[in-house]
Amino acid sequence: MLDIILGAISLGLLWAVMTIGVYITYRILDIADLTVEGSIAMGAAIAAKAISAGINPFAATALALVGGLAAGLITGLLHTKLKIPALLSGILTMIALYSVNLHIMGKANIALLRMDTVYTPFIRLGMDNTAAVISLGLVCVSVVVGLLYWFFGTELGSAIRATGDNPNMVRAQGINTNVMKIVGLIISNGLVAVSGALISQSQSFADVQMGTGSIVIGLASVIIGEVLFGKRNFFNRLIALVLGAITYRIIIALVLKLGMPANDLKLFTAITVAIALALPELKKYFRPAKISIKEGE
Amino acid sequence: MLKVNGIYKVFYPGTVNEKIALKNLSLELEEGDFVTLIGGNGAGKSTLLNSVAGVYPVDKGSIFIDNTEVTKYSEHRRAALLGRVFQDPMMGTAANMGIEENLALAYRRGQSRGLSWGIKNKERALYRELLSHLDLGLENRLDAKVGLLSGGQRQALTLLMATLRKPRILLLDEHTAALDPKTADKVLKLSDKFIEDDKLTALMVTHNMRDAIKHGNRLIMMHEGKVILDIKGEEKKKLTVEDLLKRFGKASGEEFANDRALLS
Repeated sequence: MLDIILGAISLGLLWAVMTIGVYITYRILDIADLTVEGSIAMGAAIAAKAISAGINPFAATALALVGGLAAGLITGLLHTKLKIPALLSGILTMIALYSVNLHIMGKANIALLRMDTVYTPFIRLGMDNTAAVISLGLVCVSVVVGLLYWFFGTELGSAIRATGDNPNMVRAQGINTNVMKIVGLIISNGLVAVSGALISQSQSFADVQMGTGSIVIGLASVIIGEVLFGKRNFFNRLIALVLGAITYRIIIALVLKLGMPANDLKLFTAITVAIALALPELKKYFRPAKISIKEGE
Repeated sequence: MLKVNGIYKVFYPGTVNEKIALKNLSLELEEGDFVTLIGGNGAGKSTLLNSVAGVYPVDKGSIFIDNTEVTKYSEHRRAALLGRVFQDPMMGTAANMGIEENLALAYRRGQSRGLSWGIKNKERALYRELLSHLDLGLENRLDAKVGLLSGGQRQALTLLMATLRKPRILLLDEHTAALDPKTADKVLKLSDKFIEDDKLTALMVTHNMRDAIKHGNRLIMMHEGKVILDIKGEEKKKLTVEDLLKRFGKASGEEFANDRALLS
Protein backbone atom coordinates (compact mmCIF):
# COMPACT_ATOMS: atom_id res chain seq x y z
CA MET A 1 0.00 0.00 0.00
CA LEU A 2 2.76 2.42 0.95
CA ASP A 3 4.49 1.52 -2.30
CA ILE A 4 1.39 2.49 -4.23
CA ILE A 5 1.12 5.84 -2.46
CA LEU A 6 4.83 6.59 -2.93
CA GLY A 7 4.57 5.64 -6.59
CA ALA A 8 1.60 7.97 -6.95
CA ILE A 9 3.49 10.79 -5.26
CA SER A 10 6.48 10.36 -7.54
CA LEU A 11 4.31 10.36 -10.65
CA GLY A 12 2.26 13.24 -9.27
CA LEU A 13 5.38 15.39 -8.83
CA LEU A 14 6.32 14.88 -12.48
CA TRP A 15 2.78 15.65 -13.62
CA ALA A 16 2.76 18.70 -11.35
CA VAL A 17 5.13 20.43 -13.76
CA MET A 18 2.61 19.79 -16.53
CA THR A 19 -0.29 20.88 -14.30
CA ILE A 20 1.37 24.23 -13.70
CA GLY A 21 1.74 24.59 -17.46
CA VAL A 22 -1.96 23.90 -17.96
CA TYR A 23 -2.79 26.37 -15.19
CA ILE A 24 -0.91 29.15 -17.00
CA THR A 25 -3.07 28.86 -20.10
CA TYR A 26 -6.34 27.69 -18.60
CA ARG A 27 -6.53 30.00 -15.60
CA ILE A 28 -4.10 32.86 -16.18
CA LEU A 29 -4.65 33.40 -19.92
CA ASP A 30 -8.19 31.99 -19.95
CA ILE A 31 -7.37 29.81 -22.96
CA ALA A 32 -8.09 26.07 -23.12
CA ASP A 33 -4.89 25.06 -24.90
CA LEU A 34 -4.90 21.58 -26.40
CA THR A 35 -1.33 21.93 -27.67
CA VAL A 36 -0.26 20.28 -24.42
CA GLU A 37 -1.43 16.88 -25.67
CA GLY A 38 1.15 17.16 -28.42
CA SER A 39 3.87 18.91 -26.45
CA ILE A 40 3.92 16.40 -23.59
CA ALA A 41 4.49 13.59 -26.11
CA MET A 42 7.00 15.81 -27.89
CA GLY A 43 8.96 16.30 -24.69
CA ALA A 44 9.01 12.54 -24.18
CA ALA A 45 9.96 11.89 -27.82
CA ILE A 46 12.82 14.39 -27.87
CA ALA A 47 14.25 13.23 -24.54
CA ALA A 48 14.00 9.53 -25.44
CA LYS A 49 15.52 9.98 -28.87
CA ALA A 50 18.34 12.15 -27.56
CA ILE A 51 19.14 9.82 -24.66
CA SER A 52 19.18 6.75 -26.87
CA ALA A 53 21.53 8.68 -29.19
CA GLY A 54 23.90 9.01 -26.25
CA ILE A 55 23.21 12.61 -25.26
CA ASN A 56 23.42 13.52 -21.56
CA PRO A 57 19.92 13.09 -20.06
CA PHE A 58 19.91 16.60 -18.57
CA ALA A 59 20.83 18.06 -21.95
CA ALA A 60 18.14 15.84 -23.50
CA THR A 61 15.56 17.26 -21.08
CA ALA A 62 16.71 20.77 -21.98
CA LEU A 63 16.18 19.94 -25.66
CA ALA A 64 12.66 18.78 -24.79
CA LEU A 65 12.09 22.15 -23.14
CA VAL A 66 13.12 23.93 -26.35
CA GLY A 67 10.74 21.73 -28.36
CA GLY A 68 7.86 22.61 -26.06
CA LEU A 69 8.65 26.32 -26.25
CA ALA A 70 8.53 26.09 -30.04
CA ALA A 71 5.19 24.24 -29.96
CA GLY A 72 3.74 27.00 -27.79
CA LEU A 73 5.09 29.63 -30.17
CA ILE A 74 3.34 27.96 -33.14
CA THR A 75 -0.02 27.87 -31.35
CA GLY A 76 0.48 31.48 -30.24
CA LEU A 77 1.19 32.64 -33.78
CA LEU A 78 -1.76 30.71 -35.22
CA HIS A 79 -4.03 32.29 -32.63
CA THR A 80 -2.79 35.90 -32.56
CA LYS A 81 -1.43 36.52 -36.06
CA LEU A 82 -3.78 34.36 -38.12
CA LYS A 83 -6.73 34.98 -35.76
CA ILE A 84 -7.63 31.29 -35.50
CA PRO A 85 -9.67 30.68 -32.33
CA ALA A 86 -7.43 29.57 -29.44
CA LEU A 87 -9.05 26.15 -29.05
CA LEU A 88 -8.66 25.36 -32.75
CA SER A 89 -5.08 26.70 -32.86
CA GLY A 90 -4.19 24.28 -30.08
CA ILE A 91 -5.89 21.38 -31.84
CA LEU A 92 -4.04 22.15 -35.08
CA THR A 93 -0.65 22.20 -33.38
CA MET A 94 -1.52 19.06 -31.42
CA ILE A 95 -2.43 17.14 -34.60
CA ALA A 96 0.65 18.41 -36.41
CA LEU A 97 2.85 17.39 -33.48
CA TYR A 98 1.65 13.79 -33.75
CA SER A 99 3.43 13.50 -37.11
CA VAL A 100 6.36 15.57 -35.90
CA ASN A 101 6.78 13.29 -32.88
CA LEU A 102 6.75 10.20 -35.10
CA HIS A 103 9.48 11.82 -37.20
CA ILE A 104 11.53 12.63 -34.11
CA MET A 105 11.38 9.08 -32.78
CA GLY A 106 11.39 7.33 -36.15
CA LYS A 107 8.90 4.84 -34.74
CA ALA A 108 5.86 4.80 -32.43
CA ASN A 109 7.84 4.20 -29.21
CA ILE A 110 11.33 4.09 -27.80
CA ALA A 111 12.38 2.04 -24.80
CA LEU A 112 15.01 3.50 -22.45
CA LEU A 113 15.98 0.34 -20.60
CA ARG A 114 19.44 0.34 -19.04
CA MET A 115 20.12 3.87 -20.22
CA ASP A 116 21.26 6.71 -18.00
CA THR A 117 18.41 9.06 -17.17
CA VAL A 118 18.11 12.19 -15.06
CA TYR A 119 17.31 9.83 -12.17
CA THR A 120 20.57 7.87 -12.45
CA PRO A 121 22.63 10.25 -10.26
CA PHE A 122 20.10 9.78 -7.44
CA ILE A 123 20.07 6.02 -7.88
CA ARG A 124 23.87 6.04 -7.67
CA LEU A 125 23.49 7.68 -4.28
CA GLY A 126 21.80 4.46 -3.18
CA MET A 127 18.16 5.41 -3.63
CA ASP A 128 15.62 3.08 -5.13
CA ASN A 129 13.78 4.13 -8.28
CA THR A 130 10.77 5.71 -6.56
CA ALA A 131 12.92 7.68 -4.13
CA ALA A 132 15.04 8.95 -7.01
CA VAL A 133 11.96 10.13 -8.93
CA ILE A 134 10.55 11.80 -5.82
CA SER A 135 13.87 13.55 -5.13
CA LEU A 136 14.33 14.86 -8.63
CA GLY A 137 10.61 15.67 -8.86
CA LEU A 138 10.84 17.75 -5.70
CA VAL A 139 13.85 19.64 -7.03
CA CYS A 140 12.14 20.31 -10.36
CA VAL A 141 8.85 21.37 -8.81
CA SER A 142 10.62 23.69 -6.36
CA VAL A 143 12.59 25.33 -9.15
CA VAL A 144 9.47 25.73 -11.34
CA VAL A 145 7.34 27.10 -8.49
CA GLY A 146 10.09 29.50 -7.47
CA LEU A 147 10.75 30.72 -11.00
CA LEU A 148 7.08 31.22 -11.82
CA TYR A 149 6.35 32.94 -8.53
CA TRP A 150 9.10 35.37 -9.37
CA PHE A 151 8.14 35.73 -13.04
CA PHE A 152 4.46 36.43 -12.51
CA GLY A 153 5.40 39.12 -10.00
CA THR A 154 7.51 41.02 -12.55
CA GLU A 155 6.24 43.77 -14.85
CA LEU A 156 6.02 41.34 -17.75
CA GLY A 157 4.37 38.62 -15.64
CA SER A 158 1.82 41.08 -14.24
CA ALA A 159 0.98 42.15 -17.79
CA ILE A 160 0.38 38.50 -18.75
CA ARG A 161 -1.89 37.97 -15.74
CA ALA A 162 -3.85 41.12 -16.60
CA THR A 163 -4.19 39.99 -20.23
CA GLY A 164 -6.17 36.94 -19.14
CA ASP A 165 -8.21 39.09 -16.78
CA ASN A 166 -9.19 42.03 -19.01
CA PRO A 167 -7.52 42.40 -22.42
CA ASN A 168 -9.30 45.71 -23.10
CA MET A 169 -7.79 47.32 -20.05
CA VAL A 170 -4.40 45.86 -20.87
CA ARG A 171 -4.36 47.34 -24.37
CA ALA A 172 -5.47 50.69 -22.95
CA GLN A 173 -2.37 50.53 -20.73
CA GLY A 174 -0.15 50.17 -23.76
CA ILE A 175 0.48 46.43 -23.61
CA ASN A 176 0.45 44.24 -26.70
CA THR A 177 -1.97 41.50 -25.64
CA ASN A 178 -0.93 39.28 -28.56
CA VAL A 179 2.67 39.18 -27.36
CA MET A 180 1.51 38.42 -23.81
CA LYS A 181 -0.60 35.48 -25.01
CA ILE A 182 2.29 34.11 -27.05
CA VAL A 183 4.70 34.37 -24.11
CA GLY A 184 2.18 32.60 -21.87
CA LEU A 185 1.65 29.79 -24.38
CA ILE A 186 5.41 29.38 -24.84
CA ILE A 187 6.10 29.07 -21.11
CA SER A 188 3.16 26.72 -20.62
CA ASN A 189 4.16 24.31 -23.37
CA GLY A 190 7.80 24.43 -22.37
CA LEU A 191 6.84 23.21 -18.90
CA VAL A 192 4.55 20.53 -20.35
CA ALA A 193 7.34 19.21 -22.58
CA VAL A 194 9.77 19.07 -19.62
CA SER A 195 7.14 17.12 -17.73
CA GLY A 196 6.82 14.73 -20.68
CA ALA A 197 10.59 14.26 -20.75
CA LEU A 198 10.71 13.50 -17.02
CA ILE A 199 7.76 11.08 -17.23
CA SER A 200 9.24 9.13 -20.14
CA GLN A 201 12.55 8.77 -18.29
CA SER A 202 10.84 7.56 -15.13
CA GLN A 203 8.80 4.93 -16.99
CA SER A 204 11.75 4.10 -19.29
CA PHE A 205 9.88 4.55 -22.53
CA ALA A 206 8.35 7.20 -24.74
CA ASP A 207 5.21 6.58 -26.75
CA VAL A 208 3.69 8.79 -29.43
CA GLN A 209 0.27 8.18 -27.86
CA MET A 210 1.20 9.25 -24.36
CA GLY A 211 -0.34 12.71 -24.72
CA THR A 212 -3.86 11.49 -25.35
CA GLY A 213 -6.13 12.76 -22.61
CA SER A 214 -3.34 14.60 -20.82
CA ILE A 215 -5.19 17.94 -20.98
CA VAL A 216 -8.03 16.39 -18.98
CA ILE A 217 -5.58 15.03 -16.42
CA GLY A 218 -4.02 18.48 -16.19
CA LEU A 219 -7.42 20.15 -15.73
CA ALA A 220 -8.45 17.57 -13.14
CA SER A 221 -5.27 18.29 -11.19
CA VAL A 222 -5.80 22.07 -11.44
CA ILE A 223 -9.37 21.80 -10.19
CA ILE A 224 -8.59 19.31 -7.42
CA GLY A 225 -5.76 21.58 -6.30
CA GLU A 226 -7.95 24.68 -6.24
CA VAL A 227 -10.87 23.01 -4.49
CA LEU A 228 -8.89 21.12 -1.85
CA PHE A 229 -5.85 23.31 -1.27
CA GLY A 230 -7.09 26.83 -1.80
CA LYS A 231 -6.21 29.81 -3.91
CA ARG A 232 -5.51 32.57 -1.42
CA ASN A 233 -2.51 34.05 -3.18
CA PHE A 234 -0.32 33.14 -6.09
CA PHE A 235 2.26 31.19 -4.11
CA ASN A 236 -0.48 29.27 -2.35
CA ARG A 237 -2.06 28.52 -5.74
CA LEU A 238 1.18 27.11 -7.16
CA ILE A 239 1.61 24.83 -4.16
CA ALA A 240 -2.06 23.82 -4.46
CA LEU A 241 -1.45 22.81 -8.10
CA VAL A 242 1.40 20.52 -7.07
CA LEU A 243 -0.70 18.97 -4.32
CA GLY A 244 -3.60 18.68 -6.77
CA ALA A 245 -1.48 16.73 -9.26
CA ILE A 246 -0.29 14.39 -6.50
CA THR A 247 -3.81 13.93 -5.13
CA TYR A 248 -5.08 13.07 -8.59
CA ARG A 249 -2.44 10.34 -8.89
CA ILE A 250 -3.27 8.97 -5.45
CA ILE A 251 -6.98 8.86 -6.29
CA ILE A 252 -6.24 7.02 -9.53
CA ALA A 253 -3.91 4.57 -7.78
CA LEU A 254 -6.58 3.87 -5.17
CA VAL A 255 -9.44 3.29 -7.61
CA LEU A 256 -7.23 0.98 -9.62
CA LYS A 257 -6.32 -0.83 -6.40
CA LEU A 258 -10.03 -1.13 -5.61
CA GLY A 259 -10.42 -3.04 -8.85
CA MET A 260 -11.42 -0.54 -11.52
CA PRO A 261 -10.24 -1.81 -14.92
CA ALA A 262 -7.37 0.34 -16.26
CA ASN A 263 -9.28 0.72 -19.52
CA ASP A 264 -11.93 2.80 -17.72
CA LEU A 265 -9.35 5.25 -16.39
CA LYS A 266 -9.94 7.98 -18.94
CA LEU A 267 -13.71 7.67 -18.63
CA PHE A 268 -13.36 8.01 -14.87
CA THR A 269 -11.11 11.07 -15.24
CA ALA A 270 -13.43 12.73 -17.73
CA ILE A 271 -16.45 12.23 -15.49
CA THR A 272 -14.53 13.60 -12.49
CA VAL A 273 -13.52 16.72 -14.40
CA ALA A 274 -17.03 17.21 -15.79
CA ILE A 275 -18.49 17.08 -12.27
CA ALA A 276 -15.80 19.41 -10.92
CA LEU A 277 -16.41 21.94 -13.72
CA ALA A 278 -20.16 21.71 -13.17
CA LEU A 279 -19.85 22.29 -9.41
CA PRO A 280 -20.73 26.03 -9.52
CA GLU A 281 -23.90 25.28 -11.53
CA LEU A 282 -24.81 22.35 -9.31
CA LYS A 283 -24.33 24.50 -6.22
CA LYS A 284 -26.69 27.12 -7.63
CA TYR A 285 -29.29 24.43 -8.25
CA PHE A 286 -29.13 22.85 -4.82
CA ARG A 287 -28.49 26.02 -2.84
CA PRO A 288 -29.99 29.08 -4.53
CA ALA A 289 -28.24 32.31 -3.51
CA LYS A 290 -29.96 33.99 -0.60
CA ILE A 291 -31.02 37.53 -1.29
CA SER A 292 -32.22 39.87 1.37
CA ILE A 293 -34.38 42.82 0.44
CA LYS A 294 -34.49 45.52 3.03
CA GLU A 295 -37.66 47.44 3.75
CA GLY A 296 -37.85 50.63 1.71
CA GLU A 297 -35.35 49.69 -0.99
CA MET B 1 -2.74 68.59 -30.27
CA LEU B 2 -5.35 66.20 -31.68
CA LYS B 3 -6.16 66.57 -35.34
CA VAL B 4 -8.73 64.39 -37.08
CA ASN B 5 -8.79 64.84 -40.86
CA GLY B 6 -11.83 63.67 -42.83
CA ILE B 7 -12.19 60.24 -41.31
CA TYR B 8 -14.73 57.67 -42.43
CA LYS B 9 -15.75 54.56 -40.56
CA VAL B 10 -18.14 52.04 -42.07
CA PHE B 11 -19.38 49.03 -40.14
CA TYR B 12 -20.45 45.86 -41.98
CA PRO B 13 -19.62 47.26 -45.42
CA GLY B 14 -21.40 45.64 -48.35
CA THR B 15 -24.09 44.03 -46.20
CA VAL B 16 -27.69 44.99 -45.48
CA ASN B 17 -26.48 46.13 -42.06
CA GLU B 18 -23.99 48.57 -43.54
CA LYS B 19 -23.69 51.58 -41.26
CA ILE B 20 -21.65 54.66 -42.01
CA ALA B 21 -20.72 55.66 -38.48
CA LEU B 22 -18.32 58.51 -39.32
CA LYS B 23 -18.73 60.57 -42.48
CA ASN B 24 -15.81 62.75 -43.47
CA LEU B 25 -15.40 63.92 -39.89
CA SER B 26 -12.77 66.51 -39.08
CA LEU B 27 -11.96 67.92 -35.69
CA GLU B 28 -9.12 69.77 -34.05
CA LEU B 29 -8.42 70.01 -30.32
CA GLU B 30 -6.20 72.72 -28.89
CA GLU B 31 -3.83 72.11 -26.02
CA GLY B 32 -5.84 72.31 -22.79
CA ASP B 33 -9.25 71.98 -24.46
CA PHE B 34 -11.85 70.14 -22.42
CA VAL B 35 -14.44 69.19 -25.01
CA THR B 36 -17.80 67.66 -24.19
CA LEU B 37 -19.19 65.60 -27.04
CA ILE B 38 -22.92 65.08 -27.30
CA GLY B 39 -25.25 63.64 -29.91
CA GLY B 40 -28.26 61.44 -30.55
CA ASN B 41 -28.43 57.68 -30.75
CA GLY B 42 -25.94 56.35 -33.28
CA ALA B 43 -24.44 59.78 -33.97
CA GLY B 44 -20.96 58.24 -33.90
CA LYS B 45 -19.64 59.65 -30.62
CA SER B 46 -18.19 56.43 -29.30
CA THR B 47 -16.98 55.47 -32.77
CA LEU B 48 -15.02 58.74 -32.90
CA LEU B 49 -13.44 58.05 -29.51
CA ASN B 50 -12.62 54.46 -30.42
CA SER B 51 -11.13 55.61 -33.72
CA VAL B 52 -8.87 58.05 -31.90
CA ALA B 53 -7.93 55.31 -29.43
CA GLY B 54 -7.20 52.89 -32.26
CA VAL B 55 -9.68 50.21 -31.18
CA TYR B 56 -10.38 49.77 -34.90
CA PRO B 57 -8.77 51.29 -37.98
CA VAL B 58 -10.59 54.06 -39.83
CA ASP B 59 -11.51 53.45 -43.48
CA LYS B 60 -10.31 56.83 -44.76
CA GLY B 61 -8.72 59.97 -43.40
CA SER B 62 -5.96 60.51 -40.89
CA ILE B 63 -5.46 61.16 -37.19
CA PHE B 64 -2.60 63.17 -35.72
CA ILE B 65 -1.60 63.51 -32.09
CA ASP B 66 1.02 66.21 -31.44
CA ASN B 67 1.76 66.41 -35.17
CA THR B 68 2.61 62.70 -35.27
CA GLU B 69 0.42 60.66 -37.55
CA VAL B 70 -1.04 57.77 -35.54
CA THR B 71 -3.61 56.54 -38.09
CA LYS B 72 -1.78 53.25 -38.53
CA TYR B 73 -0.68 52.83 -34.91
CA SER B 74 -2.16 49.84 -33.09
CA GLU B 75 -4.30 50.37 -30.02
CA HIS B 76 -1.57 49.49 -27.53
CA ARG B 77 0.96 51.74 -29.27
CA ARG B 78 -1.37 54.75 -29.13
CA ALA B 79 -2.05 54.01 -25.48
CA ALA B 80 1.28 55.62 -24.65
CA LEU B 81 -0.34 58.97 -25.55
CA LEU B 82 -3.88 58.38 -24.28
CA GLY B 83 -5.72 57.94 -21.02
CA ARG B 84 -9.06 56.22 -21.34
CA VAL B 85 -12.11 55.65 -19.17
CA PHE B 86 -14.92 53.50 -20.52
CA GLN B 87 -18.67 53.45 -20.14
CA ASP B 88 -18.61 49.99 -18.58
CA PRO B 89 -16.94 50.19 -15.14
CA MET B 90 -15.77 46.58 -15.65
CA MET B 91 -13.74 47.51 -18.71
CA GLY B 92 -11.11 49.81 -17.28
CA THR B 93 -9.68 47.60 -14.55
CA ALA B 94 -8.58 43.98 -14.07
CA ALA B 95 -11.12 42.55 -11.61
CA ASN B 96 -9.02 39.66 -10.29
CA MET B 97 -6.01 41.81 -9.52
CA GLY B 98 -5.45 44.09 -6.57
CA ILE B 99 -5.89 47.87 -6.55
CA GLU B 100 -2.13 48.40 -6.36
CA GLU B 101 -1.50 45.89 -9.15
CA ASN B 102 -3.91 47.75 -11.42
CA LEU B 103 -2.24 51.04 -10.58
CA ALA B 104 1.19 49.54 -11.20
CA LEU B 105 0.09 48.40 -14.66
CA ALA B 106 -1.14 51.91 -15.41
CA TYR B 107 1.98 53.51 -13.94
CA ARG B 108 3.99 51.77 -16.68
CA ARG B 109 1.79 52.93 -19.56
CA GLY B 110 4.06 53.87 -22.42
CA GLN B 111 7.13 52.43 -20.66
CA SER B 112 8.86 49.20 -21.52
CA ARG B 113 8.03 46.32 -19.23
CA GLY B 114 10.77 43.96 -18.23
CA LEU B 115 11.69 41.50 -15.54
CA SER B 116 12.01 43.90 -12.65
CA TRP B 117 9.48 43.59 -9.86
CA GLY B 118 5.92 44.55 -10.87
CA ILE B 119 5.39 46.98 -7.98
CA LYS B 120 8.20 48.82 -6.26
CA ASN B 121 7.85 49.69 -2.61
CA LYS B 122 8.18 53.41 -3.17
CA GLU B 123 5.27 53.29 -5.62
CA ARG B 124 2.97 52.09 -2.87
CA ALA B 125 3.39 55.35 -0.95
CA LEU B 126 2.54 57.29 -4.11
CA TYR B 127 -0.55 55.16 -4.78
CA ARG B 128 -1.73 55.54 -1.20
CA GLU B 129 -1.33 59.30 -1.42
CA LEU B 130 -3.17 59.56 -4.76
CA LEU B 131 -5.96 57.20 -3.66
CA SER B 132 -6.55 59.27 -0.55
CA HIS B 133 -7.44 62.24 -2.81
CA LEU B 134 -10.30 60.18 -4.24
CA ASP B 135 -11.83 60.23 -0.78
CA LEU B 136 -13.23 56.70 -1.12
CA GLY B 137 -11.17 54.99 1.56
CA LEU B 138 -9.31 52.95 -1.06
CA GLU B 139 -5.91 54.04 0.29
CA ASN B 140 -6.21 51.45 3.05
CA ARG B 141 -7.22 48.65 0.70
CA LEU B 142 -4.25 48.49 -1.68
CA ASP B 143 -4.36 44.67 -1.69
CA ALA B 144 -8.11 44.38 -2.27
CA LYS B 145 -9.23 42.82 -5.53
CA VAL B 146 -10.77 45.45 -7.80
CA GLY B 147 -13.69 43.09 -8.45
CA LEU B 148 -14.87 43.81 -4.90
CA LEU B 149 -15.26 47.54 -5.58
CA SER B 150 -18.49 49.28 -6.57
CA GLY B 151 -19.00 50.68 -10.07
CA GLY B 152 -18.32 54.22 -8.88
CA GLN B 153 -15.14 53.19 -7.07
CA ARG B 154 -13.96 51.33 -10.16
CA GLN B 155 -14.58 54.35 -12.39
CA ALA B 156 -12.75 56.63 -9.96
CA LEU B 157 -9.84 54.17 -9.92
CA THR B 158 -9.86 53.95 -13.74
CA LEU B 159 -9.76 57.73 -13.88
CA LEU B 160 -6.75 57.75 -11.58
CA MET B 161 -5.10 55.05 -13.70
CA ALA B 162 -5.77 57.00 -16.91
CA THR B 163 -4.03 60.07 -15.51
CA LEU B 164 -1.26 58.38 -13.48
CA ARG B 165 1.06 58.93 -16.43
CA LYS B 166 -0.06 62.29 -17.77
CA PRO B 167 -1.79 61.48 -21.07
CA ARG B 168 -1.63 63.81 -24.08
CA ILE B 169 -5.39 63.35 -24.39
CA LEU B 170 -7.88 61.98 -21.88
CA LEU B 171 -10.75 60.11 -23.55
CA LEU B 172 -13.87 59.71 -21.42
CA ASP B 173 -16.50 57.56 -23.12
CA GLU B 174 -19.79 58.14 -21.25
CA HIS B 175 -17.87 57.15 -18.16
CA THR B 176 -20.68 58.07 -15.77
CA ALA B 177 -23.57 56.56 -17.78
CA ALA B 178 -23.63 53.29 -15.85
CA LEU B 179 -23.57 54.96 -12.41
CA ASP B 180 -26.38 56.19 -10.17
CA PRO B 181 -26.87 59.99 -10.27
CA LYS B 182 -25.08 60.69 -6.99
CA THR B 183 -22.05 58.57 -7.87
CA ALA B 184 -22.05 59.93 -11.41
CA ASP B 185 -21.86 63.43 -10.00
CA LYS B 186 -18.94 62.51 -7.79
CA VAL B 187 -17.02 60.89 -10.65
CA LEU B 188 -17.69 63.93 -12.85
CA LYS B 189 -16.37 66.25 -10.15
CA LEU B 190 -13.28 64.06 -9.90
CA SER B 191 -12.84 64.22 -13.67
CA ASP B 192 -13.04 68.01 -13.56
CA LYS B 193 -10.46 68.09 -10.79
CA PHE B 194 -8.02 65.78 -12.59
CA ILE B 195 -8.34 67.72 -15.83
CA GLU B 196 -7.87 71.05 -14.09
CA ASP B 197 -5.01 70.00 -11.80
CA ASP B 198 -2.99 68.29 -14.53
CA LYS B 199 -4.02 70.79 -17.24
CA LEU B 200 -5.14 67.90 -19.44
CA THR B 201 -6.64 67.98 -22.89
CA ALA B 202 -9.83 65.95 -22.70
CA LEU B 203 -12.64 64.66 -24.87
CA MET B 204 -15.70 63.57 -22.91
CA VAL B 205 -18.68 61.85 -24.47
CA THR B 206 -21.87 62.33 -22.51
CA HIS B 207 -25.55 61.81 -23.15
CA ASN B 208 -26.52 64.36 -20.53
CA MET B 209 -27.04 67.85 -22.00
CA ARG B 210 -26.75 69.58 -18.66
CA ASP B 211 -23.40 67.88 -18.01
CA ALA B 212 -22.23 68.74 -21.51
CA ILE B 213 -23.03 72.39 -20.88
CA LYS B 214 -21.74 72.54 -17.32
CA HIS B 215 -18.36 70.91 -17.95
CA GLY B 216 -15.52 71.82 -20.26
CA ASN B 217 -14.70 74.89 -22.32
CA ARG B 218 -16.07 73.63 -25.60
CA LEU B 219 -19.11 71.62 -26.69
CA ILE B 220 -19.33 69.60 -29.86
CA MET B 221 -22.51 68.01 -31.11
CA MET B 222 -22.51 65.14 -33.56
CA HIS B 223 -25.25 63.92 -35.86
CA GLU B 224 -25.09 61.06 -38.36
CA GLY B 225 -21.34 60.78 -38.22
CA LYS B 226 -20.56 64.49 -38.57
CA VAL B 227 -19.86 67.44 -36.32
CA ILE B 228 -22.87 69.76 -36.60
CA LEU B 229 -22.24 72.17 -33.73
CA ASP B 230 -19.01 73.44 -32.20
CA ILE B 231 -19.61 75.95 -29.42
CA LYS B 232 -16.82 77.47 -27.34
CA GLY B 233 -15.76 80.30 -25.10
CA GLU B 234 -18.29 82.86 -23.87
CA GLU B 235 -20.99 81.41 -26.10
CA LYS B 236 -20.66 78.04 -24.40
CA LYS B 237 -20.87 79.58 -20.94
CA LYS B 238 -24.25 81.17 -21.71
CA LEU B 239 -25.69 78.04 -23.31
CA THR B 240 -28.93 76.45 -21.99
CA VAL B 241 -30.51 73.08 -22.76
CA GLU B 242 -33.33 74.83 -24.65
CA ASP B 243 -30.82 76.73 -26.82
CA LEU B 244 -28.97 73.55 -27.53
CA LEU B 245 -32.12 71.67 -28.60
CA LYS B 246 -33.14 74.59 -30.83
CA ARG B 247 -29.75 74.83 -32.45
CA PHE B 248 -29.66 71.10 -32.95
CA GLY B 249 -33.03 71.27 -34.76
CA LYS B 250 -31.74 74.06 -37.01
CA ALA B 251 -28.46 72.34 -37.83
CA SER B 252 -29.84 68.87 -38.45
CA GLY B 253 -33.41 69.53 -39.57
CA GLU B 254 -34.56 66.90 -37.10
CA GLU B 255 -35.64 66.62 -33.51
CA PHE B 256 -33.02 65.52 -31.01
CA ALA B 257 -33.37 61.80 -30.50
CA ASN B 258 -31.49 60.33 -27.61
CA ASP B 259 -33.73 58.43 -25.26
CA ARG B 260 -31.32 58.74 -22.38
CA ALA B 261 -30.59 62.44 -22.92
CA LEU B 262 -34.28 63.28 -22.90
CA LEU B 263 -34.95 61.29 -19.78
CA SER B 264 -32.11 62.72 -17.77
